[in-house]
Amino acid sequence: MEKRKVVSSHAIPFWRDIRVLRVVSQIVFLVAIAAGIWWLLNNLQTNLRNSGLSITFRFLGDTAGFPISEGLTYDPTNVNVYAFLVGVVNTIRVAVIGIVLATIIGTLVGISRLSSNWLVRRLAALYVETVRNIPLLVQLFFWYFAVMLTALPLVKDSISLPGSIYLSRRGLYLPSLVPTASFSVWLWFLLGGLALAIVVYVLRRAQLKRADRPGIPIGWAAIALVLVAVAGWFIVSGNPLSIDLPVLKRFNFEGGLWLSTPFASLVLGLAMYTGAFIAEIVRAGILAVSKGQTEAAKALGLRKALVLRLVVMPQALRVIIPPLASQYLNLTKNSSLAILIGYYDLLNVGTTIFNQTGRAVEMILLIMGSYLTMSLFMSLLMNLYNRRIKLVER
Amino acid sequence: MVAESVLQEADRVSKMSVIDKSSKEGALRRRLAVAVVLVLAVTFCVTAQTTLETVLARGKLIAGVNASLPGFGFLDAATGEFSGFDIECAKAIAAAVGVDVEYVPLTAGERLTALQARQIDVLIRNTTWTLTRDSKELGLDFCPTTFYDGQGFIVRKADGINSIEDMDGATVCVTSGTTTEGNLADAFREHGLSLKTQVFAETEAAFGAYDAAACDCYTSDKSQLASLRTTAAVPGDHVILPDTISKEPLGPLTRHGDDEWFDIVKWVVFATFFAEEHGITQANAKTFTSTNPEIRRFLGQEGGMGAKLGLAEDWAVNVIAAVGNYGEIYERHLGPNGLDIPRAGSLNALWTMGGMIYAPAWR
Repeated sequence: MEKRKVVSSHAIPFWRDIRVLRVVSQIVFLVAIAAGIWWLLNNLQTNLRNSGLSITFRFLGDTAGFPISEGLTYDPTNVNVYAFLVGVVNTIRVAVIGIVLATIIGTLVGISRLSSNWLVRRLAALYVETVRNIPLLVQLFFWYFAVMLTALPLVKDSISLPGSIYLSRRGLYLPSLVPTASFSVWLWFLLGGLALAIVVYVLRRAQLKRADRPGIPIGWAAIALVLVAVAGWFIVSGNPLSIDLPVLKRFNFEGGLWLSTPFASLVLGLAMYTGAFIAEIVRAGILAVSKGQTEAAKALGLRKALVLRLVVMPQALRVIIPPLASQYLNLTKNSSLAILIGYYDLLNVGTTIFNQTGRAVEMILLIMGSYLTMSLFMSLLMNLYNRRIKLVER
Repeated sequence: MVAESVLQEADRVSKMSVIDKSSKEGALRRRLAVAVVLVLAVTFCVTAQTTLETVLARGKLIAGVNASLPGFGFLDAATGEFSGFDIECAKAIAAAVGVDVEYVPLTAGERLTALQARQIDVLIRNTTWTLTRDSKELGLDFCPTTFYDGQGFIVRKADGINSIEDMDGATVCVTSGTTTEGNLADAFREHGLSLKTQVFAETEAAFGAYDAAACDCYTSDKSQLASLRTTAAVPGDHVILPDTISKEPLGPLTRHGDDEWFDIVKWVVFATFFAEEHGITQANAKTFTSTNPEIRRFLGQEGGMGAKLGLAEDWAVNVIAAVGNYGEIYERHLGPNGLDIPRAGSLNALWTMGGMIYAPAWR
């Protein structure tokens, strides 16, 4: 078949040519958006100049002047930027522990909702429906004011558990490990042990691959690290770490590791709340796996627990991970409610800084930037994980 | 709170964009959303109108107040009425200008930003006069102090604390957004004591935590402590320590760059001081007569003082007729029937009685 050249007497005029129109309309739209943003920023600039204010970040180097009682070692004579860092670290603490707990609670409750046991199913459904529908703020107040501050005893009547553990209204006090003078030397041993562990891991993995055997030799790597660490402990003079026990003084316990009640209330409240949402996501993921898979697995003779672990969950994870990422981001951002129950998170510290220095715009930019960074980082990790477990179609 | 609502706004607006991350329009829309929200958070409008013109045009004064501090600024949930020492000041300003009042309850954290952003015309919310707030850092002006206060501590009688020296290692609850945290840190550092703190966004939460023994002490202005003690579970169990660790002069605030409005609010406050000094009360304001030229100028019978401020000539009479003089306002809210803060011998007495309530020359 010969191709016939289509001869048209008129070329399509450019104002009707769809390829041109597509490009031009996008350019026009871009210009309009850019102009809009430029106008807004210019407006902001002019208004700030007229009000005599300006955006500078010099105040970050000023002395903070206010106390922060939780988190990294901090003194009111430290600078504002360090105070903010303490707040950020506190938020990360809550976020990490909250995410781990929420995932565990969510997975268990989600699977329970599909249990064949009627009572388990109903209780799980009751938990999800109740917790999802009460505002998070109310739940945090409930945990802190209604539970922690009434159920737990006063500091002087603390519940003491064996091993110098004390539980009271102010928090949980545990013995902690404190680095001593010889710790920095031992740290080199740890780093060396880590390097050895990585080498062992890589070599063993290559060995297994050659033998065509599956396996992730974490155990081997861990043993290597532990051996070097223990060897280092005995080689170094004195003990690199010493135990610091909490001791009751007139008002509070001094020393040891302190987990405050606002921290506990925040973590529990966030974990329970986000856990309910995660439970529904997990349930949706499991239901998304076609019934044929379960039936085939049972036909092969696998028991129910193994069906879930080996066949259903790997496939369900592909549906679960994307909405799970949003829930993790929600948890991190919801931790900003800490200021209402007295926990020193980044919004609490940031607000104090902007109240003391008057630099509202800069601090809000900093706070937004921090949350944005944490969220983007978390999204990145979740996307990487998602890509790894994605179904590779034939 | 401002920051939280800003974050929520950004969240909501960015969710309106297309979900497809690779779409350029979606990304652009998200950037637009962030920029819009950024500007919304800093809504400084450039207007040529002064505050007085705005208030007259609007027909009412918008005053930022406290809604949860009995005696100073309190919203009665049952009746929906605002009452308190600071509320009377707002009523006085409105009476001077000849308009109604609308009250905007504000937390400590948002009060200064609300004034800067022109959401309110005047802030009368037990705010301390500090250098930073007065300077161009924050761009606010302080009108005369209506209440001289100091920061103190409230503790449980059972703990046996007699002064700040006994509080080494204690946990102290504070409310965010005030000068309290800084003063507390300074005072403890000065005495070489260590402390733990717990900071809350709202006073009720902070005092509630102290009452539930999460803290050994709550610190704030002494007037606020007197007010909050009435809300404790067992008021008699608590005692306010005699230590005063800072100066807390409280008064109304206006914005920088509005001298005419600043003068008006300033002289409304002075009018209440002047009236008490010369025995003009709410009952006799409208019918008061005198041969003293200064009082005649005050009443608007001569001198043209009203025109100088941009108000009606009988503005001072309207103020006193609406709220009474300083002594009457104090008696109503902070006297034995109110918070019972003794006036005699304190800085809040008239200058003729050894206090600091003093009105400049009325001419």
